[in-house]
Amino acid sequence: MDWITEFLDELWDFIVQSLADNIPLIVGSVKAVVIAVAVMSVVPFLVWLERRLMGRFQVRLGPNRVGPFGFGQPMADTIKLLFKESIIQTSADKFLFHLAPAVVVFTAIVAFAVIPFGAPFEIFGQNIELWGANINSGILFVFAISGMGIYGMVIAGLSSNNKYSLMGGLRSSAQMISYELTLGLSALSIILLTGSLSLVDMVKAQETVPFILIQPLAFLLFFIAGVAETNRAPFDLPEAEQELVAGFHTEYTGMKFAMFFMGEYINMVTMSALVTLLFLGGWNSYGIPVWPIVSFAAKVVFLLCVFIWLRSTFPRIRYDRLMTFGWKVLLPLCLLNLLITGTIKVM
Amino acid sequence: MEPIHAPESIDLIALAPVLVLSVFAMGVLVLDLWAGKNKTLLMFVSLVGLLMTAISAFAKHPLPAFAFTDSYIVDHLSIFFTCIFTLSSALAILLSAEYNERKGMKAGEYYALILLCTVGMIVLASSTDMIMIFLGIEIVSICLYVLAGFRRDDPVSNEAALKYFLLGAFATGFLLYGMTLIYGSTGSTNLFKIAEFIKAEGAPSSPLLLMGIVLLVIGFGFKVAAVPFHMWAPDVYHGSPTPVTAFMAVGPKAAAFAAFFRVFTEAIPNMAANWEILLCIVAVLSMFVGNLGAIMQTNIKRMLAFSSISHAGYLLIAVIAKSAMAGSGLLFYMLTYAFTTFGAFGIIILLGRKGEENLEMENYSGLAYKHPVLALSMTVFLLSLGGLPPFAGFVAKFYIFSAAIEEGFVTLVIIAVLNSAISFYYYLKVVVFMYMKEPAGEFQISMTPMTLFVVIIGIIGTIELGIYPDPIIALTGLN
Amino acid sequence: MELLIFYPIAGLCVALALGVILNTSPVGSAMCLIGMMLGLAGIFVLQQAHFIAVLQVIIYAGAIMVLFMFVIMLLNLKQAASADWVSRDKNLYITILTSALAIGILYKIVDVTFMADLDSPAELPDTFGTVATVGESLFTDFVLPFEVASLLLLAAMIGAVVLAKPKLD
Repeated sequence: MDWITEFLDELWDFIVQSLADNIPLIVGSVKAVVIAVAVMSVVPFLVWLERRLMGRFQVRLGPNRVGPFGFGQPMADTIKLLFKESIIQTSADKFLFHLAPAVVVFTAIVAFAVIPFGAPFEIFGQNIELWGANINSGILFVFAISGMGIYGMVIAGLSSNNKYSLMGGLRSSAQMISYELTLGLSALSIILLTGSLSLVDMVKAQETVPFILIQPLAFLLFFIAGVAETNRAPFDLPEAEQELVAGFHTEYTGMKFAMFFMGEYINMVTMSALVTLLFLGGWNSYGIPVWPIVSFAAKVVFLLCVFIWLRSTFPRIRYDRLMTFGWKVLLPLCLLNLLITGTIKVM
Repeated sequence: MEPIHAPESIDLIALAPVLVLSVFAMGVLVLDLWAGKNKTLLMFVSLVGLLMTAISAFAKHPLPAFAFTDSYIVDHLSIFFTCIFTLSSALAILLSAEYNERKGMKAGEYYALILLCTVGMIVLASSTDMIMIFLGIEIVSICLYVLAGFRRDDPVSNEAALKYFLLGAFATGFLLYGMTLIYGSTGSTNLFKIAEFIKAEGAPSSPLLLMGIVLLVIGFGFKVAAVPFHMWAPDVYHGSPTPVTAFMAVGPKAAAFAAFFRVFTEAIPNMAANWEILLCIVAVLSMFVGNLGAIMQTNIKRMLAFSSISHAGYLLIAVIAKSAMAGSGLLFYMLTYAFTTFGAFGIIILLGRKGEENLEMENYSGLAYKHPVLALSMTVFLLSLGGLPPFAGFVAKFYIFSAAIEEGFVTLVIIAVLNSAISFYYYLKVVVFMYMKEPAGEFQISMTPMTLFVVIIGIIGTIELGIYPDPIIALTGLN
Repeated sequence: MELLIFYPIAGLCVALALGVILNTSPVGSAMCLIGMMLGLAGIFVLQQAHFIAVLQVIIYAGAIMVLFMFVIMLLNLKQAASADWVSRDKNLYITILTSALAIGILYKIVDVTFMADLDSPAELPDTFGTVATVGESLFTDFVLPFEVASLLLLAAMIGAVVLAKPKLD
C-alpha cells in the first residue's frame, strides 16, 4: 500500500504546486465562469422586471401568480421553452439555422468579458480585479464583438428561408451598421477626453465629475444608438410584429427562440454597463457611502429601467425615418460633437 | 499625453499640384450642387484647376526635391509627367463637353472623377515609396472603373466597367503581393532604401525578392495593358465612353509607366539581370500581339486599343533601357502620344452622332471626298501613331530606340522597328477607306467647337513636335 | 507555445479560405470568409499587434462582411448559378494550367520558408502596437499615405454613388 500513498502524496504535491504556479490562470477561469453564469442568470430577472414594470406602466398588474410577486414566472417560461418541440422547416439551411442563436448568445456573453464592474480588491493575498479581461483597448473589443453579433440575426434571417425572416435580417443589419457609427463616434469623444481605450482608465478619469456633465450630447447620442443597437423599442424594426410577424426569428421555436431573447437582454445589460462606465462614472459613488459594486449595479439597473420605460412610452418609428434619423441627424451631431471636443482638447 | 510634433519633412510646396487639384476636384463636387442642368461652368472650373495645377508643378526649387521622409519627389520626370497629365485631362474634358451632352451623361461627378484621377496620376508619378505608388494606382484605377461605366444605360459600357473592375482588382492583388514580398525581403517600402539594400547585399537571388519582382511586372503590366495582361483592353476601350477611352489611353497609361519606370530604375536596377529578360519578352509579345491583333479589327476603337497595346510594347523598351535618356524618351513619347491619340479620338467623336457611334471602318469610307480636312487630320494622326516622319511619333520612337541601342539592346530595337512597319498596315487601312472608297452614306458631322479645338491642338502638337522638337526635348532633359 | 497556437489558426485560415472558393452557396462562402478574417485577427494578436487585430475584426468581419451578407440577402442568392462553368473543356485546360502554376509557386514559397533561418524574433518595445504608437506613426512618418488614402476613399465613394444612384440629373 505504500506506493499508493506515496503516489497520492506526490500527486497532491503536484496539484498544489501547479495550482500555486497558475493562480492567475485559475482566477481568470473562475472569473470567466462566474461572469458568464451571472450574466445568464440575470436574464430571467430582467424578463420579470420588464413584464412587471410594463404592467405598471400600462396600469395593469403583470404576471403575479407564479411565486411571490410573480418571481416564478420566468422559471415557468424557461421550463416551457425547454420542453417545447424544436421545429425546423425542411427548406431551412440546417447548419446555419442552428448556428444563428448560438452566435447571438456567444457574442453577447463575450462582449461582457471586458466590462469592469468594480474597483480591484485584495483577497487571500491575491489582487482580484473585477473584470474578465483588462484588454487595453477594451471599448474597441466591445464594439468588435457586438459587431459580430449582427451575424446572428443576419444568418437567422438568411437560413430560415422565409420572407419575413429575410426582411428582418436585412433591416437588422442595415440598422446595426448605421447606428454602430453613431455609437463608436460618440464613444470617441470620451476616448478623446481620457486619452485611453481602457474602460478602467475611463472610470478612473471620472473620479471627480462623471462625463455626462461634460459630454451631455455624447451621452444622449450614445444612449439612443445603444437602444438601436440592442434592437429595443422604439428601434425594434427587425422584429416589428405588426409587419414582419416576428422578424428574423419568425421560424424559431423552443429554446433556440429563447436564446435570441437571452442575447437581447444580455446586450441590454452590456449596453447599460457601457453607458455607466463611459458617462455615469462607473463605480464611483461621488460621496454616497456604498460599495463600488453596489454603486455600479444601481446605475445599471436604473438604466435597464429606462430601457423598459422607453419601450412602453414610444411608438415604433417607421423604417425610412429610422435610417434618415441615424444618418442625417445622429451622425452629423456626433461629428460636430467630436469636432468641438477635439478643438477644446487641443486648445 | 505629450503632444506629437509635425515631422520636418512635411513640404506642402512640393505637394502643391496634388493639393491644388484635390481642392478643385472637391470644389467641382460642391459646385455641382448649385450648377443645375448646365455643366459648362463645372467644365471651366475643372479646366482652370488643371491649368493651376500645371503651373503649381513648377513651384518647387531646386530640383530634385524630396519630401515626406523621402516618399515624395519633385524632379524632372514628375514635373513633366504632371504637365502631360494635366494636358490629357484637359483635352479629355474638352472632348467630353459635347459627347456627354449627346449621350445624356449630365452628371457633374464626371469632372470630379477626372480631376481625382489626375490627382492619382500625379501621386503615382511623384512617389518614391511603394505604399504611395499603390495608393496612386488605386485612385487612378477606381476613377477609371467608374468612368468606363459612366454610360449606365448602355450594356457595352457596363460590360467594360465590370470587366475592367474585376480584372483590375485581380491585378492590383498581384501588385500588392509583389510589393509585400519585396518589402519582406528588403525591409523597406522606400525605393531608395530598397536599392541600397540590394546594392549592399550584392544583388541577392532570394526567391522571395525575385517572385516579388515578377508579381510587380504582372501588376504593372496589367495597368499599362502589356501582353499577356492585355485581355481587358479591347473590350474596355470599346465599351467606355469615347472621351474616357482617349483619356485612359493617355493619362493613366503614362502614370503607370512613370511608376513602372521609377520602380524598376530606382529600386531594383541592380537586379536588372533578372528582370530584363522578362520585360523583353513582355515587350516583344506586346508589340506582336498588339499589331497583329489590330490588323484583324474592323471597329476603330478596338483597333486603337490594340495599337495602344503595341505602344505599351515600345514604351517598355524605355523601361528596359533604364538610362536617363530612356526616361526622357519616355516623357517625349507620352507627350506626342497624348496629342495624336486625343486628335484621333476627337475625330471619332466628330463622326459619331446621337444614337449612332459610327465606329466601324466602313463608316469612314469616302470621308476624304466630303470632308477633306478631317480626313487629312485623321491621316496625320494615324501616320504619327505609326511613326512616320516628319510627324511627332517618329521623333518619339527615334529617341526611345536610340536610347535602347546605346544600352545595347539591338535585337529588341530591330523587332520594334519591324513592328512599326507592320503597324502601318492597319493605320493605312483606315486611310485607304477614307481616300479610296466611295462614301457609303451621308456624313452627319456636327462641327462642334470644343471637339474641333481638341483636334486642332492635336494637329498642331503632332506636327510641331515632329518638325521642331528641340525646345520640348530640352525640357525633357535630354540634352 | 506561440507556434502551438499559430499552426491551428493558420491551418484553420487556409481551410476556411479554401471553403470560400469551394462553397457552392454564396452564404457559405461569406461565412467562411468571416471565419478567415477572424483567424487573421488571431494571427495579428500573435504578432502582438492587438490594435490591428481589433480593427481587423471591426472593419473586415464587422462592417465589410455585413455588407456582403446584405448584398447576398438583397439578391436572395441561393446557389451559384454557374454549375456548368467547370464542365467545359476549354476551362478544364485553363484550370489545369493555372493550378499547375499555382502549385509550382506554392512549392517554391514553402521551399523558401523552410530554407529561411527562423531566428528568434526581435524584442519588441512595450509600446508596440498600441493605439498611441500606431497613431503617432500614422501622423508623422506615414502622414502622406494617410491623407492620400482619404482621397482614394473619396473617389471610391463618388464612384459608388454615381454608379448606384437611381437617377442622375
